[in-house]
Amino acid sequence: MNKLIISPSPHVHGEFSTKRLMRDVIIALLPALLVSFYFFGLEAVKVVCVSVSSCVVFEYLIQRFLLETTPAIHDLSAIVTGLLLAFNLPSNLPCWIIVAGSLVAIGVGKMVFGGLGNNPFNPALVGRVFLLIARPVEMTTWPLPLTLVTPDATTGATPLAIIKEGLKNGLTIDEIKASSDYTFSYFETLYGQIGGSLGEISAIALLLGFGYLLVRKVITWHIPITIFLSVVIFSGTLHLINPDRFIDPVFHLLTGGMILGAVYMATDYVTSPMTHKGMIVFAAGIGIITILIRTFGSYPEGMSFAILFMNALVPLINKYMKPKLFGEIK
Amino acid sequence: MIKTFKKGGVHPHENKISRNAALEQLIPEGIIRIFLSQHIGAPAECIVAKGDKIKTGQLIAKANGFVSANVHSSVSGTVLGIENIADYQGIKKPAICIQVEGDEWEESIDRSDEINRDLSKTSEDILAKITEAGLVGLGGATFPTHVKLTVPKGKTAKAIIINGAECEPYLTSDHRVMLEHGEELLIGVQLLKKAVNVDKAYIGIETNKQDAIDNLKKIAEKYSGIEIVSLKPKYPQGGEKQLIKSITGLEVPDRALPIETGCIVSNICTTFAVYEAVQKNKPLFENSVTITGKNLKAQKNFIVRVGTPLSQLINATGGMPENTGKIISGGPMMGRAISNLEAPTLKGSGAVLFIASDEARRGTKSNCIRCSKCVSACPMGLQPFLLYKLAELNMLEELKDNSVHACIECGCCLYTCPANLPLVDYIRLGKTRAMKHIVKPK
Repeated sequence: MNKLIISPSPHVHGEFSTKRLMRDVIIALLPALLVSFYFFGLEAVKVVCVSVSSCVVFEYLIQRFLLETTPAIHDLSAIVTGLLLAFNLPSNLPCWIIVAGSLVAIGVGKMVFGGLGNNPFNPALVGRVFLLIARPVEMTTWPLPLTLVTPDATTGATPLAIIKEGLKNGLTIDEIKASSDYTFSYFETLYGQIGGSLGEISAIALLLGFGYLLVRKVITWHIPITIFLSVVIFSGTLHLINPDRFIDPVFHLLTGGMILGAVYMATDYVTSPMTHKGMIVFAAGIGIITILIRTFGSYPEGMSFAILFMNALVPLINKYMKPKLFGEIK
Repeated sequence: MIKTFKKGGVHPHENKISRNAALEQLIPEGIIRIFLSQHIGAPAECIVAKGDKIKTGQLIAKANGFVSANVHSSVSGTVLGIENIADYQGIKKPAICIQVEGDEWEESIDRSDEINRDLSKTSEDILAKITEAGLVGLGGATFPTHVKLTVPKGKTAKAIIINGAECEPYLTSDHRVMLEHGEELLIGVQLLKKAVNVDKAYIGIETNKQDAIDNLKKIAEKYSGIEIVSLKPKYPQGGEKQLIKSITGLEVPDRALPIETGCIVSNICTTFAVYEAVQKNKPLFENSVTITGKNLKAQKNFIVRVGTPLSQLINATGGMPENTGKIISGGPMMGRAISNLEAPTLKGSGAVLFIASDEARRGTKSNCIRCSKCVSACPMGLQPFLLYKLAELNMLEELKDNSVHACIECGCCLYTCPANLPLVDYIRLGKTRAMKHIVKPK
């Protein structure tokens, strides 16, 4: 007869495992990945391959030789970081820059704090912001989607950059929209025929993944929806005050890293709050800071900075936003 | 309307594979052993001696104080003496050993199948019968029933709530009682209402037992003041505080007893035992027990005499499956692993569950990824990931500040944890330590 196992309750376990959650995130990212391959071609494939493989290799090497622990790359979290980093890069980025970004993302963003679960900042965003500051030119030269490439133009500005540039030159929103640079409608931003980083261009593909994550109970609605709401309310108010100076909220929702950031980066378990109340505060902060940077700052895009800034506040949010105890007496 | 509690909870695979097995009597053979301590509180005091001839249902040990309960013989035969016997977990406790000879019942017990619908007994009579019959809560905690039904001074009871949730996976004994003894059960409810002088009772049943809901609803038309409440299946709905919340919407205040909400909660099997004790004069010496497991030859619901060796239960279902990795007394969420197959059953034994070896081990633990699934799953509004860390570091003051006392050890946190962290294990440990910890004067 077998020996009986004695252990405390519970004796059954639910369906979740770290690996399953990470695998679901990867699946949710696939539609946006395919869109990027379609619009940016082999260049995009190259960026994704380099980013993912270097993230996995760096994680393995650091765990094996620096931390001297058993490598845990089978939990798939390095692949998620690699994918998200790639999604935040222009597709014409030289390989060595991607590798450097991966090293910072995994090494500085994740491993120095003790690996998965201990990092205060989103690793992929740490990598991206490092590259943005270190190589600003390469990081802000976006190739046009293959469908838009003409003999004289292979790169172009993102919608957000076009607006920012126009406003700087003293034009009103309507004048910018009438100019020759502004070649897209909201319809194009929905499916992704615009300039931008690899994974951020197609709103529909990203939202498809969002639906999958909700169905699989990987994330809850709290962070993404609150970000969208706070963006709509804040940028909507500004737009109502002065429509010549501030563009409408739909534009903000559909452009730049808004959906990618709200659904896939801000919801990163490790760097977001532990309670639903806390998540709402965290997400509202991200929405407001993003719009502040986009409309009043010197960068056209503010999602990465907003998320990183709110990441830093998460311990504080966790301290004050505790769940309500059952039967709590006030 | 289907009700449930709002905060936390999980819904494991129900696996109610024994739901269609009708209740069967299981008469023990050979030697049975009845523990003097079948309940929470002081162990009963033995009143029989070696060589005494006893009958089924005869009092063999008397309650020792208010929080204690009488113990009756579950068989007829000869007393062999008192011995220290290992229980399910291998801990030795005194038990009365009896050689089984036939099955001759005390004459005072009404053994007819006829339902006794007489509800004329006074509150005092009912309570006296319950005390005499040695009734304890059969939902697992085995708290003496008469103590529970004694409303503390200054508090008033407003309603009786009967727990028919049976939210633990696999378990079906309450389900069978609701199907097969519906009317007796409702008479038991009327007796409980009378005992504590209330005119309202609710029976909360999860909708995965729709047949039981329909059955009781039909019978309840004949009785006044009993409402059958459909509950959405969710664990731990059968927890006292969760059940009150589900049915009445009231929250038992932190650190207080359920009576603060005016509710007294009883379990299905206990209520059936109340009927038998009061109307049939039958003490508590047998109980319905589910014997189940995916690899068992036959999943059964037995009426088991207290003190029957576990091995006889196993044999009655066709023997232990080859690949058994773990045997659990109770459900898979809160039950306890069994190490001793010769141990006798207790009044509170509700189930024996066989888990195959490939499902018996927990997954390897990995880093906490702060997914907050444990926070969402906790029905008590605690932060299991934090309590786990604090318990690991033995930070008792911080554990108290974070309300570790409120943990009901339901195991939802560990169930849902993707990193397989032993959350509830450490919280249990930290809770025990923190509760014992004497606060140093500042």
